[in-house]
Amino acid sequence: MKQIMAVLTVVATLIGLWYLACIPMNMQGVLVEAERAGAEVAPPDAAARREMGGVSLALRNGFAVPATWAQERPRLPAPHQVAVELWDTTVLKKITSKRSLVYHGWVTLSATLLGFGIGTVLGVLLAVGIVHSRVMDMSVMPWAIVSQTIPIIALAPMIIVVLYSVGVQGIIPKAVISAYLSFFPVVVGMVKGLRSPDAMQLDLLRTYSASKGETFWKLRLPASMPYLFASLKIGIAASLVGAIVGELPTGAVSGLGARLLAGSYYGQTVQIWSALFGAAILAACLVGLLGLIEKTVLKRMGMA
Amino acid sequence: MNGTGQQPELSSVVSAKGLDLTFQTNDGPVHALKDVNLEINKGDFVSFIGPSGCGKTTFLRCIAALETPTGGSLTVNGMTPDEARRKRAYGYVFQAAGLYPWRTIAKNIKLPLEIMGYSRQEQDERVRKVLELVDLAGFGGKFPWQLSGGMQQRASIARALAFDADILLMDEPFGALDEIVRDHLNEQLLALWARTGKTIGFVTHSIPEAVYLSTRIVVMSPRPGRITDVIESPLPKERPLDIRDSAEFIEVAHRVREGLRAGHADE
Repeated sequence: MKQIMAVLTVVATLIGLWYLACIPMNMQGVLVEAERAGAEVAPPDAAARREMGGVSLALRNGFAVPATWAQERPRLPAPHQVAVELWDTTVLKKITSKRSLVYHGWVTLSATLLGFGIGTVLGVLLAVGIVHSRVMDMSVMPWAIVSQTIPIIALAPMIIVVLYSVGVQGIIPKAVISAYLSFFPVVVGMVKGLRSPDAMQLDLLRTYSASKGETFWKLRLPASMPYLFASLKIGIAASLVGAIVGELPTGAVSGLGARLLAGSYYGQTVQIWSALFGAAILAACLVGLLGLIEKTVLKRMGMA
Repeated sequence: MNGTGQQPELSSVVSAKGLDLTFQTNDGPVHALKDVNLEINKGDFVSFIGPSGCGKTTFLRCIAALETPTGGSLTVNGMTPDEARRKRAYGYVFQAAGLYPWRTIAKNIKLPLEIMGYSRQEQDERVRKVLELVDLAGFGGKFPWQLSGGMQQRASIARALAFDADILLMDEPFGALDEIVRDHLNEQLLALWARTGKTIGFVTHSIPEAVYLSTRIVVMSPRPGRITDVIESPLPKERPLDIRDSAEFIEVAHRVREGLRAGHADE
């Protein structure tokens, strides 16, 4: 009960701050509209108002405050506006509609899952190689690290252009970008996990004359499971970011990234924010789902 | 040294002659073992005792082919340690139980059996047998964290016994346990040794433990690691715990202590 209260207090504080921030952010636009509608605003000179900050305008035009939370195209939409938009575009719209966030979410999710799958398999394979071969450890690891220092926003258009020129388009380029972002945490986590058995446990298997393969399947792999799940949670969130970023430079017509882009073209801030929250909710669900699988698997292994 | 080879029941299982082992470290070479000569006969219970750094664990690891000597000769069952290991000559018990947390006790004991290719049925049969041997019958389905430290160590002994190795090498197996548990396990280990007739090499820090368990006590001293005394125990094979108050016991313990002190005085 106490914990729930703490959580609710934090949420309420954040929402309160958000409403407060809407007032100065949207005041300029609200006053323009109010003036047009014939209301008295202070100062009456539009040019003078543009010079002033949102806070001082709000202080001099207290009557306009409620309007800052109800604009059609606010600079910063109020929380309830985003909530209503989310509700409208998920529950009330048909899933097949081009304006349904569920539809766009699924487009992004499918690329995310495919990319996550590729990234995870690639990451695990690289980690196995790195742990078993000193040459791979020295040659692959530096490149894996370098790959993550390049901003994905700069790399994504190139990946899409190169793949398009060899005839690959659709879900694959997005999945490749997803995989590019998600393989790294898996490599790092799995290398750590596969190396986690201590010298004594390795010695024990040596006393049985166990082969490298047996050591891997019976000791290294099971020992790495907790590390794998920690990496997968980071990896799937990165995958989602990758898929969204992959939708931006192509002018894609569907997907959460496309919704963000379209929203910014047409000044539909409410749409942008609802797409952002849609992505955040999706990421939370994916991480939560992985957490559930982790709990189940580790429990069955007797490790939780 | 005991006569080697004349009598079949006294056949030598481990034979070390002029054994040397030098580790190359950043601070220069470390003489872990120097000119170690020792015969361990079939059915012996040999304890290795000495301060840290005297090479007792290193010697045990040499027998297990976990370390490679840099000089001298060492045979196990008449073979090189490497060959002996491939022939499954020994089971090794480490200081920590080292059970896999994701395997039940039964599955932990099956680990060596799986690797050595025993059939399913044979595996189950052997697990049942060794669990009884270490007094853990009925605990096969439990996970390691559900057992006390002493029970975990018994399970790790069961794991070392599961395949039919004639030699049991134990590296301070009870070092991390409290004294009451340790006494109990010592008693059980002696019973187990009597029932199975295995040859046991046992590394310990504790003088009473060494004297209570062993037929022979090898006293070692450090820098360089070497054997300073080998004591044949006059105690009978049947040893209740209160034998530790007997005059013979105290006399042997005294000799071990003298040996340890002499090793230190050399420095």
